Amino acid sequence: MSAWLNLRNVFVVALVVMLALVPVYAALIGNYFLMSLFTRIVILAMAAVSLNLIMGFGGMVSFGHAAYLGIGGYAIGILAKEGINSGFLQWPLALAMSALFALAVGALSLRTRGVYFIMITLAFAQMVYYIAIGLDRYGGDDGMTIYKRSQFGDLINLSNKTAFYYLCLALLLLTVYVVWRIVNSRFGMVIQGARSNDRRMRAIGFPTYRYKLVCFVIAGTICGLAGALLVNHTDFISPAVMHWTRSGDLIVMAVLGGMGTVFGPVIGAVALLVLEEVLSGVTEYWQIIMGPIFLLVVLFARGGIDGVLLGASRD
Amino acid sequence: MLYFIEQCLNGVQLGMLLFLLAAGLTLIFGIMDLVNLAHGSLYMIGAYFAATFAALTGSFIAGALLALLATLLVGMAVEVIAMRRLYGRDHLDHVLGTFGLLLFFNELVRLIWGPAGMTLPLPSQMLTAVEVLPGVYYPLYRLVIILSTLVVALLLYLLVMRTRIGMLIRAGASNREMVGALGVNIKLLYTLVFGLGAALAGFAGLMQAPILTVQIGMGENILILAFVVIIIGGIGSIRGAFVASIFVGLIDTVGRAFLPDLLRLFLSTNAASSAGPAISSMLIYMLMAAILVFRPEGLFPASNK
Repeated sequence: MSAWLNLRNVFVVALVVMLALVPVYAALIGNYFLMSLFTRIVILAMAAVSLNLIMGFGGMVSFGHAAYLGIGGYAIGILAKEGINSGFLQWPLALAMSALFALAVGALSLRTRGVYFIMITLAFAQMVYYIAIGLDRYGGDDGMTIYKRSQFGDLINLSNKTAFYYLCLALLLLTVYVVWRIVNSRFGMVIQGARSNDRRMRAIGFPTYRYKLVCFVIAGTICGLAGALLVNHTDFISPAVMHWTRSGDLIVMAVLGGMGTVFGPVIGAVALLVLEEVLSGVTEYWQIIMGPIFLLVVLFARGGIDGVLLGASRD
Repeated sequence: MLYFIEQCLNGVQLGMLLFLLAAGLTLIFGIMDLVNLAHGSLYMIGAYFAATFAALTGSFIAGALLALLATLLVGMAVEVIAMRRLYGRDHLDHVLGTFGLLLFFNELVRLIWGPAGMTLPLPSQMLTAVEVLPGVYYPLYRLVIILSTLVVALLLYLLVMRTRIGMLIRAGASNREMVGALGVNIKLLYTLVFGLGAALAGFAGLMQAPILTVQIGMGENILILAFVVIIIGGIGSIRGAFVASIFVGLIDTVGRAFLPDLLRLFLSTNAASSAGPAISSMLIYMLMAAILVFRPEGLFPASNK
């Protein structure tokens, strides 16, 4: 029992409780912008957790993870534009398209490693970005407004902001739980083994390519779900959702929070997006501060925030 | 047919531009093992410097030369302040650190030059067209870009393969410690190589400036194309970068110009005009995927890796 009671775990529980209380607080002070900000944070945290599954545990640094946000989003947006609003149809399709794209990209890029892998995932994401720009019927460069959120009958009404927030939060916690189960399963052990020493894993008989590909597809699918949530949150989809700097942001979230743990990226997402909000309130040129912060994190805080907390917990 | 030749020349010109960026990237990667996302920022800075200095001095050539020198200095300063600390680290660290630098540079440029873009007017004698083949006219300035880049490529080849500095650079790529132990100031050498890469990017930026508007983020899309080039050519290989640049430049430009018409032969006009742009922007990525299937290390993998 006492082994679980340390600074870091108290922090994690406090963060989850805080996230759960955001709608209450927003209603009390009547600040709905806060609610919208935190919905976005929760959704992007989900994307960052999925990225961390392949990047932190599998050693596959994907620089194109935002593409799945776009694919999940466009699957919903295109169906909505064509008059199909049922979430029971839209969401499975969003997941399936993300999974298919992840399968194709993974099958090609996992043949390479290191820098090649980083650049190839970036290039494929950029390809999807340009395809989306070319989709004139669906708004092209300008994107399109989605007039009706996904309909789930009497189950849940996504237009209710509080209900939608709790749905996102529940899905985030579910994602963290699923990733945690994956990481601690035999499958997850193989993935982590392949990160440390791929050749040795192959020598003792694991077809690591297949394991990594499955892992890559799982991460892409989860991120596609985050994309589906994101369009329902913003009621809008444009190629900007998958601009390559968004992929960079997701990597920053994972690293800033801490790649070694399943929950780290959630901390990173909250920290990055809140910091962004605060800095942009201070100065219009906030990225001039943000950029060097990234560099400093790389140079001095490699374990991320979660790593610092874990270190403090051990003493 | 005339249109086709013109488009091919445009493709070669884009390829040359890509080569300038890819050569710097691949040189820095091959020697320092560093992935540099901020390389596109140096391209942007080169263009901004050129526009500013040309306006100040009133001469395009003087502006270009000053911009080249200034970009070289900025590159060396960036190496000393930031990049030096990233050598020997994980590639993920490089990606993150240089991503931070890129955001910094974009914002710095916005702070100094403002959010509106700039233009770099060409000298009037450059505005004419030349008859390259009987009946085929081509803008003189674009020919100047192609030729000057060829000269730069040749100089780069001579520098790396035929001079003492080039010999040290190649030696530093194979064994950093040994070169250092033999009494070469390897830190200074790295700073010089980074500055050289920056100057190449700045040269690309300032040559392209009169054709496009000089604006924030102008280096980013072309940087990703340069990544595609060095993946195809093989990371660390300048020869590979040269061949792949021309390939990518030609396929991208010619594809965009002719694919919609080609599709019209098979599809309805409506379908072709909507699918055309999307498919032609995919062409180079499909080429990259195809090459990866057969040669995961690129066309000309660097032999020392």
